Amino acid sequence: MNPFSSETRLRDMIRAIRACKTAAEERAVVRKECAAIRASINENDPDYRHRNIAKLMFIHMLGYPTHFGQMECLKLIASAEFPEKRIGYLGLMLLLDERQEVLMLVTNSLKQDLNHANQYIVGLALCALGNICSAEMARDLAPEVERLLQFRDPNTRKKAALCAIRIIKKVPDLAENFINPAAALLKEKHHGVLITGVQLCTDLCKVSPEALEHFRKKCTEGLVRTLKDVVNSPYAPEYDIAGITDPFLHIRLVRLLRVLGQGNADASDLMNDILAQVATKTESNKNAGNAILYECVETIMSIEDNGGLRVLAINILGRFLSNRDNNIRYVALNMLMKAITVDTQAVQRHRATILECVKDSDASIRKRALELVYLLVNESNVKPLTKELIEYLEVSDQEFKGDLTAKICSIIAKFSPEKIWYIDQMLKVLSEAGNFVKDEAWHALIVVISNASDLHGYSVRALYRAFQTSAEQETLVRVAVWCIGEYGDMLINNVALLDIENPITVTGSDAVDVVEVSIKRHTSDLTTKSMSLIALLKLSSRFPSCSERIRDIIIQNRGSLVLELQQRSIEFNSVIEKHQNIRSALVERMPVLDEATFIGRRAGSSPAIVPTSNSASLNLPNGVAKPPAAPLVDLLDLSSDDVPAPSSSGGGFLQDLLGGVDLLPGLNQTAISGTNEAPRTGTDILLDLLSIETSPTQSSSSITDILSSSQGDKSPVASLGEISSPPSLSTRATSAGADPMMDLLGGFSPNPPMPDNGPVYPSIVAFESSSLRITFDFSKAPGNPQKTTILATFTNMSQSIYTDFIFQAAVPKFLQLHLDPASSNTLPASGNGSITQNLRVTNSQHGKKSLVMRMRIAYKFNNEDILEEGQINNFPRGL
Amino acid sequence: MIHFVLLISRQGKVRLTKWYSPYSQKERTKVIRELSGVILTRGPKLCNFVEWKGYKVVYKRYASLYFCMCIDQEDNELEVLEIIHHYVEILDRYFGSVCELDLIFNFHKAYYILDELLIAGELQEPSKKTVARLISAQ
Repeated sequence: MNPFSSETRLRDMIRAIRACKTAAEERAVVRKECAAIRASINENDPDYRHRNIAKLMFIHMLGYPTHFGQMECLKLIASAEFPEKRIGYLGLMLLLDERQEVLMLVTNSLKQDLNHANQYIVGLALCALGNICSAEMARDLAPEVERLLQFRDPNTRKKAALCAIRIIKKVPDLAENFINPAAALLKEKHHGVLITGVQLCTDLCKVSPEALEHFRKKCTEGLVRTLKDVVNSPYAPEYDIAGITDPFLHIRLVRLLRVLGQGNADASDLMNDILAQVATKTESNKNAGNAILYECVETIMSIEDNGGLRVLAINILGRFLSNRDNNIRYVALNMLMKAITVDTQAVQRHRATILECVKDSDASIRKRALELVYLLVNESNVKPLTKELIEYLEVSDQEFKGDLTAKICSIIAKFSPEKIWYIDQMLKVLSEAGNFVKDEAWHALIVVISNASDLHGYSVRALYRAFQTSAEQETLVRVAVWCIGEYGDMLINNVALLDIENPITVTGSDAVDVVEVSIKRHTSDLTTKSMSLIALLKLSSRFPSCSERIRDIIIQNRGSLVLELQQRSIEFNSVIEKHQNIRSALVERMPVLDEATFIGRRAGSSPAIVPTSNSASLNLPNGVAKPPAAPLVDLLDLSSDDVPAPSSSGGGFLQDLLGGVDLLPGLNQTAISGTNEAPRTGTDILLDLLSIETSPTQSSSSITDILSSSQGDKSPVASLGEISSPPSLSTRATSAGADPMMDLLGGFSPNPPMPDNGPVYPSIVAFESSSLRITFDFSKAPGNPQKTTILATFTNMSQSIYTDFIFQAAVPKFLQLHLDPASSNTLPASGNGSITQNLRVTNSQHGKKSLVMRMRIAYKFNNEDILEEGQINNFPRGL
Repeated sequence: MIHFVLLISRQGKVRLTKWYSPYSQKERTKVIRELSGVILTRGPKLCNFVEWKGYKVVYKRYASLYFCMCIDQEDNELEVLEIIHHYVEILDRYFGSVCELDLIFNFHKAYYILDELLIAGELQEPSKKTVARLISAQ
């Protein structure tokens, strides 16, 4: 006998397939078998049909394609024999899914079978319908199912109930038809029908608010009684599991009570007693009991508050947490996360146990525990918690390190009580797991370090030490290189030694060694190498004796294939060689990056935590009085993700523009990398936003109103793009048209003498290009030092006349600007006339911050529209 | 609800699959492959729950077979463990000390029993006796 003919029994085919030693052999056998089946199908042989389908199902489970058998299933379903129907339905459920159109053909057979006299056949049809029906089939056959909910046989009723669940999920409109029949099922005695009825009611409540109301009003008491009966029922061997009668029914009932009690105080009252009874009486030494307790705790936490019950629930969770069974602990951690919003104090009591769970050997438990710990951190426990977490970081798995590092950095940033602690902890994290630290975290660290001027020396020395031990952590290297570049002089001179420190001997050459190592390592990426190059430039100015050596190192990158490195090395080399006179001014100490705004932005974008801790985090002392150098304000501190403002109204428009991300909710802060990206996109966005044509919210007549509406209370928005080198500044400044070096010096003014307090301020040339010159004359009213009146004079340097001349300006938030109308908007050529315009500026940070303005000029030149823009940084001090 | 039930052997061979949510053939193979990878590599002392793609998968190992059920985030994992055990006990009662070979050669019977236990991803009958009676009647 051919082993692969249809006469082969299913068993023999399975045996043959299992006997195959290799995958190729198995494929051959399966192929032959499928061929035989296909031949048999073509012959339309009814005798072997069900055997064929059974074989096909087995082959399907092995993973082979079996779609040619789908029509056979339909034929089997249409057969009159019960075994054939049965295998037909099984084949249908396995080989098809609801998205296949073939399924529609079954609708008629299903309808007939649902009306069959044989209850088992009705059961088959209900089962198939409940498992894979599509929305159309559901609609067609819903009336039949509704009728069957009241069938005489309880087994049919229970199948009909579950089938109805699928129907209402597929077609929610039909839910109302099922409300009353479902309510009737709740009064049943048969456990199977009761369970399925309860489940149907639960799903109805989810789908239809009317159902929820109906059940809440009519059925809550009945359900409470039923639960009481089950809880108090005597031993019933049929339903007993681990000493509890029908735990499944317990759980379903408690769940339905939860749905009914949520948000409704009356319903919640009705169930308090029985929940207390279940919570206290249920045995918790077996899984079944724990499952019931778990469901009970969930319900207690979700319904309206009853103090005693909640305490009970949290106690149960506490017991779960110390259970040796991993499953129970996992479930407890899950529940505690929800409980935290309800009662933080109670959860805090379990903090030690939760911390232990972070170190558990089970990855699922670790993950849950870490999230929970993160929610529990507040100002009082942040130090010990962080200490524990960092200790754990050293021994944790690689997969877990990423999560753990992110959470630790987040906790440190939010709750650090003082800067030195922050720096210490971050250094520890960087040394241990620097490669997992995200960009925002180490950027923030640099911001903090630069703000804490009394800690500059401490930081750079600590980083130097850390570098000696953990140089393989890339981010540590980056931060170290930046600090050494900035504060290298403090490093070798042991400046600002704190009491807790020991002095270290570092020479200029050692410092250069550090940077050299980081450039030369082949594992360093572009950011590290770029940062190293600029650090070298800074060091060449701070340690002139090492200048030659530094130059040699820089030159080695002159031929780099990476454009950024090549450009930097050539430019820096040229600075060192030919421009020693400006070098020191060029690489002066960086101005302080504004911390409060940065932290405010980060707090806004971090994941949701318990509300109380948010307000505290923003009160970090902004340690240091701003250094005298004018802060470099990037007025448009918008990272490339932001598409700001079209949604805001005209007045708040510029405020949003300048305040940037504080006001726009839910922004995702991408790392502002140390490249030229940030300033350039800022320019583009300004272009779009101030453009009269493109902005939808701006009315063309009120440009000046919009521009002068900046508010004075918030501090200016600083750009982290400044971590990068002068070339990026020069790119931006070139748009002003002026000599780049000039603007840099204007921005980086050296430590000045006392600001000029006299009433007379020198005029400045705010903007100069081959086509246009703008001069500003200043005057101040005596007695009001914050207000300045600026007379702006525009002169046309080209040969043609300019028409439709419009001047626009934007200022940071601490300034208020009012533009008076211009004298005219036609500018005669070649300086034969000029336009004047008055600007009134109020500086709310007078004395602390100097004026800065960004401006844009639009005019028509030979009938072409021209746009020029620039930033004015050279306002006299003290305005 | 339970989205699917998966029985896999320790070598990764599929012994039974039942899908209560729409998954195309391709998706099914992908899911099986991924889950097998995750579950078969878990150590013995770890908890029986795995977070996977926004769902939870509850699994339990009986001899050489892993019984896996994929549920929603809000479902009760401990209860699903009980459901798995319920199924295994019914199989045991039906086959008399069931082993993997029984399930291989009588997979269609295992399916019939599962169909008496779960429909539309929800539990149908908490009584083992009733299920056994229904199976023998058909």
